[in-house]
Amino acid sequence: MLKRLFTLVPAAVAAMFSGAGAALAEGVVAKSKPWQMWLQEPMSPSAEMVHDLNVLLMWIEVAIVIFVLAIMAYVMVRFSEKNNPTPSKTTHNTMLEVAWTAIPILILVGIAIPSLKTLYFADHTPDAEMTLKVKGNQWYWSYGYPDHGDFEFDSVYVPEEELKPGQPRLLTVDTPVVLPVDTNIRLLLTSNDVIHNWAIPSLAVKLDTTPGRTNETWTRINQPGDYYGMCSELCGVNHGFMPIHIKAVSKEDFAKWVAGAKEEYASNDTDKQPVRLAKAQVR
Amino acid sequence: MAHAEAHHDDHHHPGFFTRWFCSTNHKDIGTLYLWVSMFAAIVGGLMSWYIRAELAEPGLQFISNDAEGKQFYNVLVTGHGFIMVFFVVMPAMIGGFGNWFVPLMIGAPDMAFPRMNNISFWLLVAGFLLLLTAAFIDGGPGTGWTVYPPLSSIDFHPGRAVDFGILSLHVAGASSILGAINFIVTIFNMRAPGMTIHRMPLFVWAILVTAFLLLLALPVLAGGLTMLLTDRNFGTAFFNPAEGGDPVLWQHLFWFFGHPEVYIIIIPAFGIISQIVSTFSKKPVFGYLGMAYAMAAIGVVGFVVWAHHMYTIGFNVDTRAYFTAATMVIAVPTGVKIFSWLATMWGGSIKFEVPMMYALAFIFLFVVGGVTGVTLANASADLVFHDTYYVVAHFHYVMGLAAILAMFAGWYYWIGKMSGRRYPEGLARIQFWFFVIGVNVLFFPQHFSGLAGMPRRIPDYPDAYAPYNYISSVGALITAIGTLLFFVVIWRTYASKETVEANQWGEGATTLEWHVASPAPWHTHEELPDMTGKAPAE
Repeated sequence: MLKRLFTLVPAAVAAMFSGAGAALAEGVVAKSKPWQMWLQEPMSPSAEMVHDLNVLLMWIEVAIVIFVLAIMAYVMVRFSEKNNPTPSKTTHNTMLEVAWTAIPILILVGIAIPSLKTLYFADHTPDAEMTLKVKGNQWYWSYGYPDHGDFEFDSVYVPEEELKPGQPRLLTVDTPVVLPVDTNIRLLLTSNDVIHNWAIPSLAVKLDTTPGRTNETWTRINQPGDYYGMCSELCGVNHGFMPIHIKAVSKEDFAKWVAGAKEEYASNDTDKQPVRLAKAQVR
Repeated sequence: MAHAEAHHDDHHHPGFFTRWFCSTNHKDIGTLYLWVSMFAAIVGGLMSWYIRAELAEPGLQFISNDAEGKQFYNVLVTGHGFIMVFFVVMPAMIGGFGNWFVPLMIGAPDMAFPRMNNISFWLLVAGFLLLLTAAFIDGGPGTGWTVYPPLSSIDFHPGRAVDFGILSLHVAGASSILGAINFIVTIFNMRAPGMTIHRMPLFVWAILVTAFLLLLALPVLAGGLTMLLTDRNFGTAFFNPAEGGDPVLWQHLFWFFGHPEVYIIIIPAFGIISQIVSTFSKKPVFGYLGMAYAMAAIGVVGFVVWAHHMYTIGFNVDTRAYFTAATMVIAVPTGVKIFSWLATMWGGSIKFEVPMMYALAFIFLFVVGGVTGVTLANASADLVFHDTYYVVAHFHYVMGLAAILAMFAGWYYWIGKMSGRRYPEGLARIQFWFFVIGVNVLFFPQHFSGLAGMPRRIPDYPDAYAPYNYISSVGALITAIGTLLFFVVIWRTYASKETVEANQWGEGATTLEWHVASPAPWHTHEELPDMTGKAPAE
C-alpha cells in the first residue's frame, strides 16, 4: 500500500502542474484526482457559484476554528492551576453575551445572501434549449432525448476486467450520455425502481430520481470533455457500481451524433426495459 | 449514624439475579445501561473497523465481489449506524449517566417510576437482540439506518431482515419513551426543597430537554415504522407510488424524528461537558441561564429543520430556502454554548485531569464539526456535498466523536462515584491521546474525500480517493488501540485498591452527587437535602 501512495504522490503533483493546457487538447476530464483537497473544478455556471460560496464558507469556518482554538490555547496556559491559583467568580457579562449572540447572526445573514442567490440560480432555467430525460434503474441509467426524436438508450457500468486502457475504474460506462456545450439543458429525472441520485460534482448537479416523481433541474456545460459522477443515494447492492459519464461535445458534433444516434436507437422499443444481468441477479 | 447506615444497607443484599434482573434501583439500572452500551460499542465498533479495512485500499478485499458480499457491506453500514445511535450513545448518556446522576444531582432518592425504569432497560436489550437477529437472517437489512423505501420495501428487501429491524426500532423506541416519561416526572416532581428549575445542574437540564425531544420525536418514528411494516406485510401502500403512495413521505416522517434524534444524542453531552468544565475550572458555569435556554432553543428549533437532510429530493426551491435559513439559526445557540464554556474557563484555575482533557477535546471536535454543519446547512452547497464523505466527516465529528468523547469524559469524571475506585492516571492519559489522535486521523481526511466528491455507503471507490481512505484506515487502527486501552482502564480501575473520597475533585465539584459517599451507597438522599437559598448548583 505504501508503494501505491508513493506512486500516487508524483502523479498528483504532475496532475497539478500539467493543468488545463494538456487537458484542453481532448477536452477536460472532470473527475477527482489523488490528494485533491478541494472541490472538483467548476464546469457550469451553477458550479462556479457553488464553488465561490464554498470558498467564502471555508474562510469563515477556518477563521472561527482558529479563533476558538486560540482562545482555548490562551486559556489553557494563562488560567491553568499553576498560573492562576485563585479562580475568579465572574459568571455574567451582558455585553459579552449579547455580542456572541449578535455577531454570529450577522455572519449567518452574510452567508445566507449569496447562498440563497446560488440556490435560486441553480434550481431551474426559464429558457431551456433542450431536455434530457434521466431514468434511474437498479443499477444503470437510461437517457432519453425528447427534443431530438425521443430516442432512449441505457448507460451500463463496465466492470474492471472489461476496461480498455485509459478508462477509469468504477467510472466507465458502455455508452456515455452525449450533451452539447454552451447549451441550457433541462434535466428531467425519475426512477424505475428505488431512489437513486444523479450527481455530477463538477457541474453541481445532484438530484434524486424517485419512482412516481419527475424532478427538474438544469445545467450548462462550459467546455467539451468527459464528466464523471456516481450514484449518490443508497440503492441496493450495486449502489457503488452505477457511474455517470457525460461526453460533452460542441454543438456541431452533437448534431452529428444525434443523427447517428437516431438511427441506432430508434428501433429500441422504449416501453420495454432491456433485461439486464445485474437486474436478474437480485430478484 | 454510620452504624445506622450500615445497618440499613444490610436489608438490601438481594441475590445476583434479583439485583441485576429485577432491579428497581436507579444506580444498578444505570450500571446495566453502561455495560450494555459498552457491549454494543464493541459490536458497532467491529462493524466500523470491518468497513475501514475494506476501504483501506481500492478494490474489494474483505467482501466477496457478488450480490451477497455487497449486501453484507450495506448491512455493516446499516448496523453500525443503528447500533451506535440507539444502543451505544443513547443508553450510555441517558440510561447510564442520566439514571445514575439525575436523582443524585436533584437530591431525589430514586427515579419516579423504578419498575418502569427496569422495563425500559429490558426493552432496550430486547431491541438489541432483535437488531442482531435482523443482521443474521435473509441477508440482513442493507438499507442504511435511514431505511428509505422503496429500497426497504418488500419488493427490494424480501425476507424478514427489514421486519426485524423495524421491530427492533419499535421496541427500542418504546424503551426510550418510557425512559423519557420517567425523567420528566422525576425532574419535575422530585427535586429537593429549594432546588428550583433555575437552580438545577446543567446536566439535569440537558436530560430534561432530551427527554422532551424523545417524547415528541419517537412516536413519529413509530408511526412511520408501523406504516412501513404494514406496507411490507399487509398490502398497504403508504410509500408505494404504483398504488398512490409516496416514498418521500417516509423521508419526512423519518427525519422529523431523525433530526431531533441527533440532538437527543448531543444535548446530554452538553450537560456532561458543562459539569466538567465548571468543576475543573473551579468556577460556576458562565451564563447559566443562557446555557440552559440554549439547550431548550436547540431542542425547539431542532423540530423545524428536518428537511435539510432531504435537499435533493426535488423540493420546491422556496422550501429549501426556508430550511436553509432555519438550519443556520441553530448555529447561534450552539455558538452561545461554545463561548460560554470558554468564558467559564476564562479566569478559572484549570486542573487538567483526564475528564477535563476529554472536555477540551470535545469542544475542539464539536467546533470543527459545527462549522462544517454551517456549510451543509446551505441547500446550494448541498448540490455538491449531499451524500458525500464531507457529510460523513461532519456528522461523525459533531455527534459521533463529540458524543463518544463526552461519554469518556463522563466516565472518568464519575467512575470514582460509581465504583469507589480511582482510574489509573497514566494509562488513562495514554488512552486519551490514542483515542483523540486516532479519531482525528480517521475522520479529518474524509473532509477532503468529500470535497473531491466521494459518495458514502460504497464498498469500493475510484482510485483517486485511495490516499485519504488509506489514512482514514490507519486512523481507525489508532482509534482501535485507544478503545482497547479503555477496556484495560476499566479492568485496572475495578482491580484497583485505591479508593476515592466523597468529593474526589475538590472545591470545583459543587453538585449534590459529591456530597454522598463514594461509591454511592445503595440508597441516597433518604433525607432530602435542603437547597433553599443555596447558589445555583452548577
